[in-house]
Amino acid sequence: MSRYPYVREVSPTTWYFRAPRYMRYMTREVTSIFIGIFTVIMLVGLSRLSEGQAPYEDFLAALNNPFSVIFLFLALAFALYNSFTWFNVAPKAMPIQVGEELMPDIVVAGGHYILWAILSVVILIWAGIF
Amino acid sequence: MMDVRVAERQTDLEILRYNPEIAGEPKLERYTVPTKTEWCVLDALNYLKDNVDPTLTYRWSCHMQVCGSCGMMINGEPKLACKAMLRDYPGVIRIEPLAHFPVERDLVAVADDFLAKLKRVKPYLIPLEKRLPEDGEYRQTPAQLKRYRQFAMCINCMLCYAACPEYGLHPKFIGPAAISLAHRYNRDSRDGGRDERQEEIATAEGVWECTFVGACSEVCPKHVDPAAALQQVKVASTVDWYLEHFMSWVQK
Repeated sequence: MSRYPYVREVSPTTWYFRAPRYMRYMTREVTSIFIGIFTVIMLVGLSRLSEGQAPYEDFLAALNNPFSVIFLFLALAFALYNSFTWFNVAPKAMPIQVGEELMPDIVVAGGHYILWAILSVVILIWAGIF
Repeated sequence: MMDVRVAERQTDLEILRYNPEIAGEPKLERYTVPTKTEWCVLDALNYLKDNVDPTLTYRWSCHMQVCGSCGMMINGEPKLACKAMLRDYPGVIRIEPLAHFPVERDLVAVADDFLAKLKRVKPYLIPLEKRLPEDGEYRQTPAQLKRYRQFAMCINCMLCYAACPEYGLHPKFIGPAAISLAHRYNRDSRDGGRDERQEEIATAEGVWECTFVGACSEVCPKHVDPAAALQQVKVASTVDWYLEHFMSWVQK
């Protein structure tokens, strides 16, 4: 028996317009671009800091404009969105079974939030903020 | 008084038709059929085939969401035609074969690729200890059953493949259902075949092709949550890698 299957191509550039769930996924992926750019800015800042006080103050002055403030707020908002959505799906990747029952999602996700808070406080103390 | 449960309506269906014996692309054809409120999309298709066009081709068997044969795209969503109730679709219902699979004819998707992948992941028990019938049955506690039961609910309907953009873009991806079933046996206390399955699924074509879009779990009619299975395989494979490279003195 001969078969003539018909192949429907998937567009590599527009597939995510097909359903809202794909748009949500792509939105979350795009947030990582902002986090990437922020990381580069931070690395440049660290490099300037290692060169001494004057270069570091020039770096801070260069950031002192409305565009970079808007960008930094956006990057912070996207980083929070990315982190929250990641922690909220952690129970899928790391379910904890005790006896015959799975621990509620809130316990696994909550553990991530608590660890995040502790690490943030430790880093802030280490950085001399508190 | 009219009984609303058997109320009739005229339902418009747009069905993608493809005849491999005639050259050309699949075409949407429009049909209007008298339907009852409590019917599902599969009932409307059966009416159409029995009364209007006997050449309409589609797969179905059980009509009760266990055989996994009648998966199709209904208004762009991967659905079981027996689970998609007409009352949830007030307008024209567009019915196409499952996305990401070649079309055999009309609403029949070519399942060969999925079946080959399913075979590759060895979705069957590879006993940890060889036992003979006289040794008695394999014993399992409810807690041990709980570890894999959810993933054992898969009915191979392939809706998750039609939802997965990774599979659509990279057809080599072993995909949600096959990896979930591998995971199901890996988590079974009676099974000793994990190393063999890891050869297939802990690879670039396997679980590392997954970017956790999560669409598979949203469309799964049996709440298997394939996305969870794949992330669990990723975590376990990462642990394997660290143990092998940095803590080789630790027994797996």
